[in-house]
Order: sequence, then C-alpha cells, then structure tokens
Amino acid sequence: MSHGNMNLTLKIWRQNSGSEPGQLVTYPVKDISPDMSFLEMFDVLNEQLVAKNESPIVFDHDCREGICGMCSMVINGRAHGPKTGITTCQLHMRSFKDGDTIVVEPWRAQAFPVIKDLTVDRSSFERIQAKGGFISVNTGTAQDANCLPIPKDDADASFNAAACIGCGACVATCKNASAMLFVAAKVSQFALLPQGKVEATTRVKNMVAQMDAEGFGSCTNTSACEVECPKGISLENIARMNREYLVANCVD
Amino acid sequence: MSNSSSSFLKSSLGKKFIMGFTGLFLISFLVVHVCINACIYFNDNGETFNMAAGFMANNIIIKVVEVGLFLGIIAHIVQALVISMHNSKARPQKYAVQNQAVSSKWYSRSMGLLGTLLLMFLIVHLANFWVPTKLALYGENAKFVGYNVPDGFAGMKENPFEALKTVFANPIIVTVYLLGLVSLFYHLLHGFQSAFQSFGLNHKNYTPFIKSLGFWYSLLICLLFASMPITLFLGLIK
Amino acid sequence: MSKLDSKIPEGNLEQKWTKYKSSVALVNPSNKRNLEIIVVGSGLAGASAAASLAELGYKVKVFCYQDSARRAHSIAAQGGINAAKNYQNDGDSVYRLFYDTVKGGDYRAREANVYRLAEVSNNIIDQCVAQGVPLAREYGGMLSNRSFGGTQVQRTFYAAGQTGQQLLLGAYSALQRQIGLGTVDMFTRHEMLDIVKIDDKARGIIARDMVTGKLERHFGHAVLLCTGGYGNVFYLSTNAMGCNATAAWKAHKKGAFFGNPCFTQIHPTCVPVSGDHQSKLTLMSESLRNDGRIWVPKKQGDTRKGNEIPEEERDYYLERRYPAFGNLVPRDVASRAAKERCDEGYGVGASKMAVFLDFKAAIERFGKTQAKKMSIDNPSPQQIKEFGKQVIEEKYGNLFAMYEQITGENPYEVPMRIYPAVHYTMGGLWVDYNLMTTVQGLYCLGEANFSDHGANRLGASALMQGLADGYFVIPYTIGAYLSKEIAVKPIPTTHEAFAATEKEVQERIDKLFAIKGTKSVDHFHKKLGKIMWDKCGMAREEKGLREAIQEIRALREEFWKDLRVTGKPNEMNPELEKACRVADFLELGELMCMDALNRSESCGGHFRVESQTEEGEAKRNDDNFSYVATWENKGNNTYELHKEDLIFDVVHPSQRSYK
Repeated sequence: MSHGNMNLTLKIWRQNSGSEPGQLVTYPVKDISPDMSFLEMFDVLNEQLVAKNESPIVFDHDCREGICGMCSMVINGRAHGPKTGITTCQLHMRSFKDGDTIVVEPWRAQAFPVIKDLTVDRSSFERIQAKGGFISVNTGTAQDANCLPIPKDDADASFNAAACIGCGACVATCKNASAMLFVAAKVSQFALLPQGKVEATTRVKNMVAQMDAEGFGSCTNTSACEVECPKGISLENIARMNREYLVANCVD
Repeated sequence: MSNSSSSFLKSSLGKKFIMGFTGLFLISFLVVHVCINACIYFNDNGETFNMAAGFMANNIIIKVVEVGLFLGIIAHIVQALVISMHNSKARPQKYAVQNQAVSSKWYSRSMGLLGTLLLMFLIVHLANFWVPTKLALYGENAKFVGYNVPDGFAGMKENPFEALKTVFANPIIVTVYLLGLVSLFYHLLHGFQSAFQSFGLNHKNYTPFIKSLGFWYSLLICLLFASMPITLFLGLIK
Repeated sequence: MSKLDSKIPEGNLEQKWTKYKSSVALVNPSNKRNLEIIVVGSGLAGASAAASLAELGYKVKVFCYQDSARRAHSIAAQGGINAAKNYQNDGDSVYRLFYDTVKGGDYRAREANVYRLAEVSNNIIDQCVAQGVPLAREYGGMLSNRSFGGTQVQRTFYAAGQTGQQLLLGAYSALQRQIGLGTVDMFTRHEMLDIVKIDDKARGIIARDMVTGKLERHFGHAVLLCTGGYGNVFYLSTNAMGCNATAAWKAHKKGAFFGNPCFTQIHPTCVPVSGDHQSKLTLMSESLRNDGRIWVPKKQGDTRKGNEIPEEERDYYLERRYPAFGNLVPRDVASRAAKERCDEGYGVGASKMAVFLDFKAAIERFGKTQAKKMSIDNPSPQQIKEFGKQVIEEKYGNLFAMYEQITGENPYEVPMRIYPAVHYTMGGLWVDYNLMTTVQGLYCLGEANFSDHGANRLGASALMQGLADGYFVIPYTIGAYLSKEIAVKPIPTTHEAFAATEKEVQERIDKLFAIKGTKSVDHFHKKLGKIMWDKCGMAREEKGLREAIQEIRALREEFWKDLRVTGKPNEMNPELEKACRVADFLELGELMCMDALNRSESCGGHFRVESQTEEGEAKRNDDNFSYVATWENKGNNTYELHKEDLIFDVVHPSQRSYK
C-alpha cells in the first residue's frame, strides 16, 4: 500500500508546564510512511528527539484504536485532524502529502488547562460526571434485567448518546469552548431510559451547574461539535438537555 | 421556585433560552413590521400605508407592546454581551491555526458581529423614522420637516409615507439599509432555527421543516424589506 | 504445598458459593467506616469493586494511570458479555456456562471459581441494566442475545461493537457517584510503583503522581490490584499503549505468586503489521468469521492480488482441515493455522505475514437472498453485489470502515488481510477463592489474576469475569479478611515500612536515570517483543524457549547498561513511565518463557511443538500437567515452582476436537 515516503514539517506546541508560556516549535520529519498512524509518526519524531537527548513531546494516547478518548490533538486547526468520525490515533499519514506543513496544538479551553506540551487536564469532565452522570443504584439491588422492557428506539438512542468517549473534541472545536455536547450526551443517555427518569431533574440541574462552574463557554448552536465529534454524537442531545433543563426548572 | 428561577436565568442554558425567546419575539415583530410597510404596494399614494401607520402610532395596545419590544431588544443585546464576555473567557489562549469553515457556517460563528451591525443599523433606522414620528406626535413643536398630514387622521400630525419617500431619496441611506438587511438575513438564518434548538425543539421529523421555514422566513422578510427602499428610490411607488 | 491454600469451600459445587456467602464473616457498618481499601486500576474489575465497596461503607482510594477512570482498556472490548440468563429459551443454564468455560479453558481452571463466575453472571446483567447500560434490545423491548465464539447457545449480551465501553461506563458512573458522595478518593494520572508490606500484610502502596513526578505514600487495610493483563510484554498487542504489568510484578516481587504466566491468548483476526513503525495492533471482531472465509493461495510466494487469484487456486485451509467447524474454530486453533500457513510461505500482503479473510462469497449469498426478498428474478451480477454489500454493511459496517481507515484498502472490493495478535493473558497473580494473593490483604481481580479462564479464554468471558470479581465476589470475600482487621488503626504513612519502600522506588528511578546510555526504552521493548513473539508466541518449543531465556537475560543486561531516559524524574515524563514498565516486562518475559518451558504439554493457547497429535493438533497431558504452575519470586530473577493441583469433581477432561 505504500506510495513512497513523505517528508514533512511539523509545528508542534511545546509548553513545559501549565504555569510557563509555550510556543510552536518546528520539527522536520523525514521518510514517513503513508501507512503510519499519526501517532506513530509522533513516535518516530520522539525517537529522534531521544537520540538527540532532547525531551520528547508529551501527548495523551492509550488504546490507539479510537475508543479510550485519551488522544487529543488539534491538527491544522481541526480537532482530531482533517478527517471526520475518527480520533487522532485513527488518523493515518496517507491523509497528508509529501512536503506538507502540519500544525499541532493541544485542546484549548479555560476548563482544559495545559499540563505539558499537547497534554491537557480534562478533570472538569470528571467533576461534571460526579455531579449526576449516574443512576443511583447500589450493587445487588437490581431486579431481573428483563423486568423492565425498554423500546428498542429508546435503547438505541440512549446507546448513541452513550457512545461518547469523553475526549473533549467538542470543547476543543467549539468557538466558545462549550462542553454542551459532552454534558448533553451524558444527560441524554440516562434521560432516555426509564431507569434514568427517576433522578432526571436533579441530574440535569446539577450537571449543568457544574459545567458552568468549570468555566466552559455557552452553546451558540453552530453545530461544529457535532461535525468534529469522532463518535457522531448528535445535536439532538443538546436540544434534549435544553428541554430537560427547562422542565426541571419548571417543576421544582 | 424563586431560587430555582434565578439560578435558571443565571445558568448558561437559561441565558440561551432568553436569547431564543427574545429573538423569536423580535422575529414575530418583524412580520408585523413588514406587513405594515408592505401597504405601500397598494400604490395609492400612501393612503393605506398611512392609515396603518396611524393605527400603529395611536393604538394603546400597540403602545404597550412597543415598550415590550424595546425591552426585548435591550434584553437580547444585554444577554448577548454577557454571553459573549463569558465565552471569550472560556478560551484565553487562542489557536494558532483554526479551520472552522469545515464544521460550521460563518454566519453561525458571527452572530455577535452581525448583531452589532444590526444594532448600528437600528440606530440609523430609529433616527430616520421612529424619533421623527415620536417628535411629531409628542414633540414640543409637533411638527417635523417633510411630514405633511392629510386631513381626517385623528392624532396623526404628519404623513409617514412622504417621510419614507424623503428618506429613501438618498442613495447613501438606501445602501445602508440594504447592507443592514443583508446582516439581518444572516442573523435570522442562524437565529431562527437556533432559537428552537435552545428551547429543546430538535426532532428528526420536524427540524428540517423548522430549518427550511427559517430560511424562507429570513429570505422573504429581508427581500420584502429591501424592495421598499429600492422601489421608493427608483420612484416605482407613487 | 503448604504455601498454596486455595480455600475452596467444602460441599457440592452448586452449593459452595451460596454457603460461603451465608457463612463468611461480616464487618459491622460502624467498623467499615474505619477500614480503608486501596484499589489500583479502574477498569471493569477496579471500578466495579471500588464502587461496590464504597457503597458498603468502606473508605476507598482508587488509582489509575489514565486521566480518567473511564479510559481503562476494558473500554476496548467489542464483542459482548456472557450470562446464563437463558432468555432465548435455548437450553442455557449456569451449569452449561460453567461447563463451556472449563472446557474452553482446556481444563486448566478451578471448577469452584468458574462455577461461581457462571452463577453471578446473571446478577451482572441485572446490575448493568439498572445502571442504565444501553445493551442491545429486541423490538419487544427485551434484551437481545447473540451467539459468540462458537457456543451452541445465545448467551452473549452486547451493545453494538462497544460492549466494553458501555459496561465500563456503567461501572465508571457508579464510581463517579461515590466520588461525588465523598466515599471514594480518586487519583488519576497516578501509577502504583510498589506495595508496602507491614508484618507480612499488604498495608499500602507507593504511587507516582505522573504530573508532578512526586512519589506518594498511601495506606490501606487491604490493597486490590485490578490492573489488567501483561500482553504488552510482546510490545505489539491489542492492549493499550499504557497497559503494563508493573503493579502485579511489584506485588509478585513482594511475595505474591504468579500463576500460569505463559498462558497467553492470541486472537486470530487482527489487522496485520504494516511496518517497523507499528506501535499496536487492532482487533477486528471475531464475529467477522461468521461470514468471512479464510484462505491463502495454493502457490507459495504468490504475489498476485487477492482478487486476481482464481477460485481453484485458493486454499480455504480452515475449511479443509476442520470440516465440522470450518472458519469458526476456536481462537487458538485459528491462530495457529494461520501461522502454520505463513511459516510455510503461503502468506499474503507485502510482509507475507497475513492471510485473507474474504467476504466475496458472503456478499454473493446475501445479495441473492436480498434479490429474492425484493422479488427480482434473474438479478444481474452487479445488482447481487450491490445488495450483498448493503447487507454486509449493515452487519459489519463499522468494522469495515475501521479496516479501511487503517489499511487504506476497501474490504468490500478486496479481501481483508488478517493475522493473529496477542490479545489477553489468562495467567496472572495466583489468588485463592477469596481472590487474595499469597500476600495477606493483597487481592487481585479481573484479567490481572490467573483464576477463571484456564489455558484459553472464551469470547465474551473477560468482561464477565472483571465485573463478577468487582461487583459480586470481592464485596463478600474481603469481609473474611477485614473482619479480623477492625482493630487495626490506620497506620500513618510515616511508618518506617512506607519510608523504606519509597526509598526503594526512588532508588530504582534514580538508577534508571543514572544509566545515561544511548538507546531509547522503545528500542528495548521492541527487541523483547520480537523475542517473545518468535519464541514464546503461538508455537513454543524447548530449544526456542531456552534461547529466549538467554536472549532476554542478555537484553536485560543491556537495558541496565545502555538505556537512555530523557528528562527529569520530578516532571511529567512518559519516557520514565515506559522505562519502569519495560524493566518489569524484561523480568516477566523470562518467567513466561520458563513457565512455557516447564509446561511441556500443549493446552489452550499454549502450544508446545513437542506435544501434538499426528495431525498437528494440540495434545494435552493431564497426567503430568493438571495443575496451576505457580511461581514464587526468590529474588535475582530466580523462581520456585509451586503446583496447585486441579481437581475435577464434576467435569471430565476430554480432548478438544473440531474436525
């Protein structure tokens, strides 16, 4: 499948820690195979840096198959790079051409402070989840799973919302660094199921309050998040959260 | 409840709800506005138009609604400022490279800019028509250059149709109005469907309809409005 | 033998767990508040255990190396989770699930553990549904099941191709709830680097804050290791980049025995390696084998493209060798058969280390059926292909897209290339029935322990085991130990044992930096991986294993002489993290080879070339090897073997045959 190897110019955000300023640093890389993944290209660059006794670029990654949600790069101005529906780790170098200049930056948001280089702190998502992203059921108290029939459409819609991998591309993409798509996906996943309706009002109120407290921007309905979401989470979820929130505030 | 409603209005979702609510209110006003203005197309030397304008100027209900309208505009603007300020804080360090064109429409991203242009246009517009009307109605002299009131219109001191013709005789003003309407078109194009989304009304069966309704509404309203200064300037309307 | 007491309860197999639960010592709620538990790892086992224990009232601390508990590699499991619900009315039962698991594991697992696993499997599904896990459903609103991994009943629950993610999000949400309630302290981006033992009991851990680089001391009345498998010894595996053996290995060095380290599962359907740059391998769900046909050219070294090779020149070797099961033979059998063909020179693709998985026949078959459904007589070949593709897309669309993303080839048009890859490790820390290791107060759950899968794990059983251990086993069994610990006050981390262990860890880190060599961590890791894959992979023989042991020793020596770790210890430093992990892999790899050498029979995923039938199938040796090989670390990379004999009261070991 190889179409000849590529030479590229990378401009990568380097920042030693959150408290120090960072800047884009230029690195040429040579002989990159189109069959490499984008992160494997980073591995190659890092090996070169180690060989020169320089400190390698720090970036988040783990599963490298598009499901853990750890990888998080803004590549040429787009979260997870030029292709839609995939994460950074699923991006392959055949999406680039010989001689390209590629600018790589971290997720940028007040609520995602840079830890080092391309690594950011997404613990704000964790705190939002801890405020209501669950159904309060202790282990062992559950009834038989089939005692509660759930319409297939509802189950599927809930699944589609639950497909969110919490990567933060929605925040990185949004012009306002809003976390609406993430929070809406979490709210929707439970709001769509009968089990989740019991706590629906407190859930949406608490999660929205925490989202606001974390310093995310607000939603301007540009739908950029939906386009860049690697898992195709729909804007319908945001509407559902708006609805849930309105109702929650009307009823108590 | 009071505690809850204040937290609702302070929340990011509540603020968007207010934006949508006031926006839709203003959208409904535009329908009334364009209908009144369209009376000029009776081409009866402004008779019907003046009648409608007179009704609008004197009806007590309309006067109350007018106060609401101004409150709506102010709320829409203030809320927009508050949200924009908050949003700009949400990303203190900007991207060196951003490629937003692939994921969203430019006008969706530029509602603040379009809104600012609209506000500037609105000031011109109010200065052109609303202020003179009020002055004509309540001003000390109750007389304004260019207004010529025919008999038989109780309370109406001047002739709004003549005023229209006078104002739109100026090509610069016509140009300003046309630019203002372009801003309005794009503002509405995003704002119309966005309001429904903020209310939580997004459904695969209905959203395409809402979106196309929004498009045709924006287009029709703006074309109708735009046709007026043009036809008046060209003297097609007598 | 005195060192290994499996603590299996007396009584009938069916009664053991029930009786155990009603007789195990309990801890009074007011005492639970004062008992602290450390959970290392936040995957299915860790998150479910932490949440459940916190719900009971214990004080829990959870550690994970990722930035969120939700990112643990359980999330990548695609296929499903087994449970003996018998919702399909097809004759399933707890006994059948138990039997299939023991048989699938080639009779190298403990009956009592497996039976308990099958028993609690049903509770898992109930619990997950109550938590809001959106498992697949039928139009009537009931849960849907599919058949998986060649079982004769439909007992696998699933959520499209991301069952692992959905189940983990369920456990994670339960964990986040406890964090919100203040009963769990969560430490993300923390890596456990050692166990602290006081008076021969596990009393805490030393963890490194991966952001600041600071070493931290944490006390616990008990420590649970839920840290997953060690497939990354092979460098290339379907594991996540960060998956490691460090926690388990450090525990092993502190006295926890390691069980069956050589039992590794190699999954037959992965995207093949494309070059030296390869950093990990991606699994394609096993379900593809339901419709795809596996073949290689009949001619060695055939360089033609798959589509250009005519039907009569193709060798559908699985269908030829195993007419009864064909392409659906178990994972270990399919993997070995692919390796055999490639080793003989029939491999395809640029590397020649791949076989074809072809959907052409399936597309045609589905296309014809579809045309009939639509009442089209005499459909054109073009129409048939189009309809067939639509059906395939509906069934496997996401997998096909994933394949195209990675390889740049369109699998609807050309046959997929696949090759086996390391996927799961059945071996792990030895635990008794309570899931306690040979160190008092130190538990091991999920893939990290050795317990339930014997020599080969069945599809959709890993998720079941992780959640069984965390939700339904440990909350009971930990009481047996903690009920005796209620008098122990939290030990301050100023205790000398903490200080001494932290010093050890610090010295190890300093030592790594002090080497100041020339080679990167990945250099050594890749070399280790190649040794392991070549000599302790799908087929193992005495000569190769002996060589591997020597080579690993030499490599380890080189590692400690010529490693370069850039940066500083007190900062975020992925090179250091990798160095710590690879240092442990370099020891564990040797033990795996030693274990493989010791077990001169073939069983499950462990294939010894010396032990095969005339037709080249795996041959077990129950007379000599019906035991768990359990290794005690004697220091300086020396080990002593202890055997836990496996006693089969209920099932009778037989030779597996798929002919």
